[in-house]
Amino acid sequence: MLIINNLKAEIDGKKILKGISLEVKAGEIHAIMGPNGSGKSTLAAVLAGRDFVEVTEGTVTYQGKNLLEMTPEERSKDGIFLGFQYPIEIPGVSMVNFMKTAVNEHRKYKGLEPLSASDFLKMMREKKELVEIDSKLANRSVNEGYSGGEKKKNEIFQMAMLEPILAILDETDSGLDIDALRIVANGVNKLKRPDTSTIVITHYQRLLDYIVPDVVHVLYDGRIVKTAGRELALELEKKGYDWIKKEVDKNDLS
Amino acid sequence: MSTLNERTERYYSLYKENIKRITESSSPYINSFREAAIEKFIELGIPTKKNESYKYTNLDTFFNHDFKSCFIPVTEDFVKAEEFRCDITDLDTHGIVLLNGFYPTIYDKLRELPGGIWIGSLKEAAVKFSDKIKKHFNKYAVSESDGLIHLNTAMASDGVFIYVPEDVVLNKPIQIVNLIQADEDIFNQHRNLIIVEKNADITLIVCDHTLSPQKFLTNAVTEIYVGENSHFDLIRVQNEHNNAGKITHTFIHQERNSVASSNNITLHGGLVRNSTYHYLGGEGAESHSFGLYLADKFQHVDNFVNVDHAFPDCTSNQLFKGVLDDMSTGAFNGRILVRKDAQRTLAYQKNNSILMTDDAKMDTKPQLEIYADDVKCSHGATVGQLDENALFYLQSRGINKREARLMLMFGFAHEVIQNIKVEALRERIDNLVMQRLKGELSRCASCMVKCG
Repeated sequence: MLIINNLKAEIDGKKILKGISLEVKAGEIHAIMGPNGSGKSTLAAVLAGRDFVEVTEGTVTYQGKNLLEMTPEERSKDGIFLGFQYPIEIPGVSMVNFMKTAVNEHRKYKGLEPLSASDFLKMMREKKELVEIDSKLANRSVNEGYSGGEKKKNEIFQMAMLEPILAILDETDSGLDIDALRIVANGVNKLKRPDTSTIVITHYQRLLDYIVPDVVHVLYDGRIVKTAGRELALELEKKGYDWIKKEVDKNDLS
Repeated sequence: MSTLNERTERYYSLYKENIKRITESSSPYINSFREAAIEKFIELGIPTKKNESYKYTNLDTFFNHDFKSCFIPVTEDFVKAEEFRCDITDLDTHGIVLLNGFYPTIYDKLRELPGGIWIGSLKEAAVKFSDKIKKHFNKYAVSESDGLIHLNTAMASDGVFIYVPEDVVLNKPIQIVNLIQADEDIFNQHRNLIIVEKNADITLIVCDHTLSPQKFLTNAVTEIYVGENSHFDLIRVQNEHNNAGKITHTFIHQERNSVASSNNITLHGGLVRNSTYHYLGGEGAESHSFGLYLADKFQHVDNFVNVDHAFPDCTSNQLFKGVLDDMSTGAFNGRILVRKDAQRTLAYQKNNSILMTDDAKMDTKPQLEIYADDVKCSHGATVGQLDENALFYLQSRGINKREARLMLMFGFAHEVIQNIKVEALRERIDNLVMQRLKGELSRCASCMVKCG
């Protein structure tokens, strides 16, 4: 589904990603872990199409297409969803209007008619229940005045509305208490279909108690330095990141 | 007279040529102010950029134009205006249609609405309600710096009069549709007086439309008295063509515990200058001044706001937002004056503008003068572009860039529109603003005028 090959990227001339390669197959859940500053969020930004990151080398292929040539909106309509680490507040734009526009853009792309107002509201209701989001939130402006937990739940709600093929969740667990974490994780699990894939980017392993990954990658200094099964996450939880840093730095010296 | 600059001289000549006609078309009481006013105008002149409150607004293109006369309507002029009907069908209002600011005196000169409300010609009211006119006329439009206010007092023959008696709550708003139309270029001055006695509640909507392509210059003064415990909302929708200049001076005088708001929605216009003066003249009064300006091409929109906190425990709030495209320019000047005795004043001010191009320009100037010590004031101004992060957020959900920009601009503007309490009007203005932002003409479906 997604093949990243030797991806190098920089921000304002500073090299952040230094040659990342990985492959996510249909149906898989990958976790990308790593200490702060390792390049996790930059990787998410490249995949979603942020223009402040400059790709200098490498390729990203999504369902056989060159992902790097696609606009952010094309990526979305083609099934990629990014759950933001810091969802943006947009005063004056209601959630209803936002989601209606987004859903209908997706439908247009698939050659479908726009949803009627009543069908759309029904869909909103169903998806809200699915992710246990407070129904009042939908009447407010996008993320405006939401608590940290509400913002993250709202990301999962949007994911439910857009039904992505590949979901990339960037630090979705940060700033969540245990109840909110459970709701967010349950939402992600409920939305998972056998043919869809998920990349969970996280600093901590606790989210992975709920969203169980098939593959765990450790990103450090812009490179993937370790790839293994879910047991790697547990090991990191116990031992922290220092042993990996030491291992990598030692190899670099030798 | 030799010291008069050429432009002020020209308007003084216009006064001299027309004063006989003006006086004959007006009432003796209103006429009694003209002489002193023209003296004051000669002293102050037409404002230039040297005048602090007109620093960012160049009046030249309009005031240098050679207007042959000033507009005073005759009966035939009103016939066409009578045919106009507003197409907001779900907007249930008491509607009147004006021509160039004048009440159409074909059928009646003053009309009575439910609750003993009177609406009609100011000149007629000066006779019928002489005690009320004597109490309020020319009492609030006071200025030591703006010659245009005095030019209006000297030359305006008539305008609209509204009287709302004590304890009257009008459930339907009053809607004034002001059609601007002529066969030749006109300089137009009219004078309005609105009296809201105590414990009353009223909403007034004023829509300005140009209906013919001539060059127009309007210089209008409106005095509004809001009595104790009363509630008054003014919503003004300005939709005029690029060859129209509109200068409004609105004075809102509030008594204790009254709440008043002014909302200027400027959708279109060549040169627009709105001066809004809020006088909080009693304890516990609350005032709101809102404005939204959308400009493009070579348009210029200037909002000047003066809030005078003269008594303790009053609250004021200013919110002005705008989107400037192409080479358009905007100005905002918000003054808050807190007088010595106005303790426990709360005064807020916010002005945010979005520039769509490198050539668009916005000048914004807060001006706080505080002489009391127990006061909470805040002010903030931003001039910038659309938020790139917000734009990306929308795009990342599949919304194309053009649509995403539109949604953000609309959301930005909506913060002002949402203060309109009349739902049907709020929806209509939402639609007009959306059309305007899309680059379409923001005109109502029934309006046949071609604005260019």
